This record gives sequence, C-alpha cells and structure tokens, in this order.
Amino acid sequence: MGEEERSVNQSYLPSEFSVVREDDRCIRCEACVNQCPFDVHEYDAEEDEVKADESKCVSCHRCVTICPTDALTIKENELDFRENAHWSEESIKNIYKQAESGGALLSGMGNDKSMKDYFNHIVLNASQVTNPSIDPLREPMELRTHIGEKPEKLEIEKEGGERKLKTEIPPQLELDIPVMFAAMSFGSISYNAHMSIVKAAKKAGTFYNTGEGGLHEDLYEYGDNTIVQVASGRFGVHKEYLDAGKAVEIKIGQGAKPGIGGHLPGEKVSEEISETRMIPEGTDALSPAPHHDIYSIEDLRQLIYALKEATEYEKPVGVKIAAVHNSAPIATGIVRAGADYVVIDGIRGGTGAAPTAIRDNVGIPTPLATAVVDQRLREEGIRNEASLVVSGGIRSSADSIKAIALGADSVYIGTAALVALGCRLCQQCHTGKCPWGIATQDPNLTKRLNPKVGEKRISNLLRAWKLEFEEMLGGLGVNAIESLRGNREQLRGVGLNEVDLDTLGIKPAGEAW
Amino acid sequence: MVKRIYIDEDYCVSCGLCQVYCRTEHSEYDDIIKAHKKEDSEPVSGIFKEEEEPSSFAVQCRHCEEAPCIDACITGAMHRDPETGSVVRDEDKCVGCWSCLMVCPLGVVKRDEDEKSVAMKCNLCPDKDTPVCVANCPNEVLELR
Repeated sequence: MGEEERSVNQSYLPSEFSVVREDDRCIRCEACVNQCPFDVHEYDAEEDEVKADESKCVSCHRCVTICPTDALTIKENELDFRENAHWSEESIKNIYKQAESGGALLSGMGNDKSMKDYFNHIVLNASQVTNPSIDPLREPMELRTHIGEKPEKLEIEKEGGERKLKTEIPPQLELDIPVMFAAMSFGSISYNAHMSIVKAAKKAGTFYNTGEGGLHEDLYEYGDNTIVQVASGRFGVHKEYLDAGKAVEIKIGQGAKPGIGGHLPGEKVSEEISETRMIPEGTDALSPAPHHDIYSIEDLRQLIYALKEATEYEKPVGVKIAAVHNSAPIATGIVRAGADYVVIDGIRGGTGAAPTAIRDNVGIPTPLATAVVDQRLREEGIRNEASLVVSGGIRSSADSIKAIALGADSVYIGTAALVALGCRLCQQCHTGKCPWGIATQDPNLTKRLNPKVGEKRISNLLRAWKLEFEEMLGGLGVNAIESLRGNREQLRGVGLNEVDLDTLGIKPAGEAW
Repeated sequence: MVKRIYIDEDYCVSCGLCQVYCRTEHSEYDDIIKAHKKEDSEPVSGIFKEEEEPSSFAVQCRHCEEAPCIDACITGAMHRDPETGSVVRDEDKCVGCWSCLMVCPLGVVKRDEDEKSVAMKCNLCPDKDTPVCVANCPNEVLELR
C-alpha cells in the first residue's frame, strides 16, 4: 500500500489539549501566533479575535511563556473516555494513530511511563552527634572527580631528597563537578544548544559529549571540554575529530532505544548538519543497530585499541551501553577489553527520536544498573580499571548523589540540561519543530535559543547543583565526593522489597550500620 | 557618546514584546492590559519589528548625530538632550506638523493621536534604569550601549 492508499479523511483522535484564552486579558499582540511552530493560534482580523486550532497543540508552553498578559493556559482535554482499567486512554489513542498512519509510533524525549522510581525510594544519611557534619560554607569541600583507569597501586621513588611519583597515571578527564553533559548530537539538537552546553561545560570545568553527529567546526576550540563519540553510523568521524576531544567514547547503545541505532529524521538534516555528518542534505540518518565491525568483546577491544592508537594513548576511551539485563557481565567484558570508562544509560534516558514501543519497554532502571555494574566490577577486582558514568533520568543533584553513592564516578545529564534551556518535554523532538530552538534545525526556530542566555541558564543549574552537593556531602560528614562513591552505607531504601534492596546493595530504612 | 539600543538580530525571535512594552511605557497606564484596552486611541510604540523569515529585528530611533528631525522641527520641540545627547521631543512644544516624520530616514517617528496630536519616538525611557524593550526582551537581544 502506498502512502496515498493508507491515508484516511477523518481522524478519530480527539485533541490532546485545550487552549484556554482569557479574552479580557488578550491584547491581540499576536505573540502567540508568531511563536507557535505548530500553527495553533491565528488572528482573525475580521472578528478582531485570536483563535486556536487545539488539535495541533502539543503543550509546549511557548505561547504561555511569551504571552505578556498571562492570558493563556493549556489544559489537558477534559474529554473523558469511558473508564476502562485495561484500555487506557493512551492505548486507545495509540491505536487510532497507528490505524491512521500505518507507521511505528515515534517519540522524542525519554520513557514517560509510570514505573517504580528507585531514586525516590532511596534516602541519604546525615551525621548526628556521634560523627560531626561539615559546614561547606566554612570548610573546603572537594567535588573533583577523575574519569579514567586508576593504577592498582602507586609507587613513589626518591630522587635526591625529593619523593616522586614513579607510577605512570593513565590519561584522565578531570571534572570539577561530577556531572557531564550526555551525548546529544549536532542534528538532534541545534548549533545554539550545543554552543550553550559547551560554554557552560567550560565554565563549570566539566565535559560535554558530541553525540554521534560529528563536531561543528566552530566547536573545535572547546576541545578541552569535549568528549567525541564514535557510534555505529560513524558520522563525522575522522582524524581531526578524534584529536579534537579530551576523550573518545564508543557508543554501543543508549537507554532510550537499546538494541537500535541512532535515528535522525531527514527534516533535521540541514546544510550544516549534512556538512558535519558528511551525508546528503534531507536524508534520514539511520545508524545501524550494531557496529558492523563489532560482534563480540574481542571486536570491541579492536576498536578501543584502534582509537587508542589513533589518539596515541593520550585520551581515555570509554564505551557506552544501554542498561539491559546483562549489563553487569557486559560491563566487565568492556573493562577487560580495555575501556577506561563505562557509561550505563538507563531506561529513562532521553532521545531525539525513538520508536515509542522500544523507548517505553526496553531496558532497566538506572539505579539498579548502576548498583549491579559497580558491584560486579568490584567482585572481579577490576573496579579501578575503569570509571563508571551513569545516565538516564537524572533530574537533580539528589539523583546524582544517590547514583554516585550507588557506585558511579559521575553522571551524565541530557534532558535536565535541555529543561534548563526551556524544554517542556512536549516530546516533539522528532518532528524538528522544537518551539524552544533546541531540538530543531529550522532557522526560524533555532534563533530562539540565544547561546548567551542558554549558557547562563545551564551554568546557573550546575552552580545550584554544586551548592546542593556540598550541603548534602557536608551533612553526611564527608568532605570529598570521591569518599561517597559506592558508599552504599549512606543510603537506605524506603518501600522497596528484599530483592530490590539486595540488587541495589542497600539496607532498608530503619536498619542501623 | 550618546547611547543607542543595539540588536543582536541573529537571535531576535520576532515575538514583538518590545513593542508591547514600549506602547505600555508610553501610555498613561502602567498595566499592559489597561494600556492596550483602555487608552482612547491605539497606543503607539517607538520600536518596530521588521521581519522577513527567518530574519527579524527591531528598529528604533538611532539618535542621529546630525538629526534631520531636529533640523526640520518648526517649533524646537524636537531637540537634543544636553545631558544624554539623545534626541527627544518636548510634548508641550510639539504642534503635530509631522515635519519630523517626513524627514526621518528610518521612519521611526510616528503620530500619537492621544488627546493632542504629537510626534512619538523612542526616548530611551529616561525614567527607567534600562529601556523597557531592553529589560523585557525574552531572548536578551537588545542592549543599550
């Protein structure tokens, strides 16, 4: 059947949202009209009225934010479906969508389904009486973290009267805050979004990841804060690219879509994207599901060492996988294959475009994956051989610190950074019409994200998290983030069953040390 | 040197809020809704959005060093502020002859028909620390320097 034969005249899908306009407050400035990329608002000059086509509204809140008189509210459409415990409104609507398009459902952003939120079931400890807490406003607090292989022991030699480090330290990434920006490709997000993120990373002394879309020529100067990614599509990978960053990361999988490759719809492949990715303009950039030269840990080792050779063993090489059932044994394989750090991306991880069925149903939660991978690496005595970076649904400093106490060296944030830039999780990234200028390449929309403002917003977020990290660490009586890593005694589970507690390696709340 | 408002047009989002705030500032009301709904005549803005997708920018009085509007003014209403050097208009002296409108090379002087017909243009909001268009631009593309 061709596209024409599949199309239907009448959609059975009701509008998802209602646009409520207080006419008393509307001054007909038409800011909503010119800001909506989905053409919801329209000014009717004959009636001197601003009208809305609610069927197109995605609740991105651009109009609500820009409206100078607060005349607008977006509400969920109140239309009730007949109550049915099995057939939810969403499952019915999804069937309409598929019956009307014949296509696999696509989504942007991460899994939005209700699922046990382990971060919310974990609480931190604090010092009381017997062990003093530390006041971070008066005493130094160390948030510096190093990503890379650590030697098993340090040998010191005496030279003259001076002691010198004899052991050669493998290449490390030095982070002033244990938060990095996750791989979001140039293509999935805009030039201005990349620019905002990289400038904030530089200011905060941390790193951002190029994602698999190559590196725009303007961003080479930020190489000292860049991790370059090599994914299955190998888009934009060449010698200068590998040389540009401080680390190289092989992407095997991502939490939003384990088992399948990156997916950049042709709508977003603009001239600049085409140049950076080295692909024709307007074509879909579909990365292969596997790397076609990696079918085993041994193959992975070859690529790791090929990249180490190419970069003269001066940069850590990491491997990113999605959190899946076998993550722990796979992670040990990755470490034994020579990776300097492992990234585990959980089921809440974001994306610019993924089949909804996969996004919402494949993978395991980040906290569980973090705990089992850290545990397994310790049991095998190779935890020092690689750092562990975790990602997928990290929303706050508290999520980050819990992930670190579960065993991570650092976290990656993606969605959180985009939210700082204005993202409302409207999940339209795959349409290329991001109303906030983030996940789009349309010049009418990308200009909405001024990197000057974007950098400020993300830097502010990191600054706020830094203050919170220090307060939480101080409360624990710990003065360095590295002392908290894998320190699960500082965590307790609330409302978790025995299996969950055992998997997380934490005690239930109420149980003392 | 006289201060002017400059725009980083690469990031102008064409929302038109500069005009909304300018109109309000130059109306008799502080409230945006009242300024737009209660004023007898339509409020006039001294800043103008120009757009040809994907480009857009806002233009307002450049406070020219050799200002044709000052030369053309028949009553001396349009004059240079001795302190700031900006080109301003004395409402009491203005008789609404529109000579300034005709000579302005940028077309940024407009008629304000409220009560008395007078010429209206950007006066850089002398009562404010920052002109309202600059202070309220959501993408921070306007700057007074």
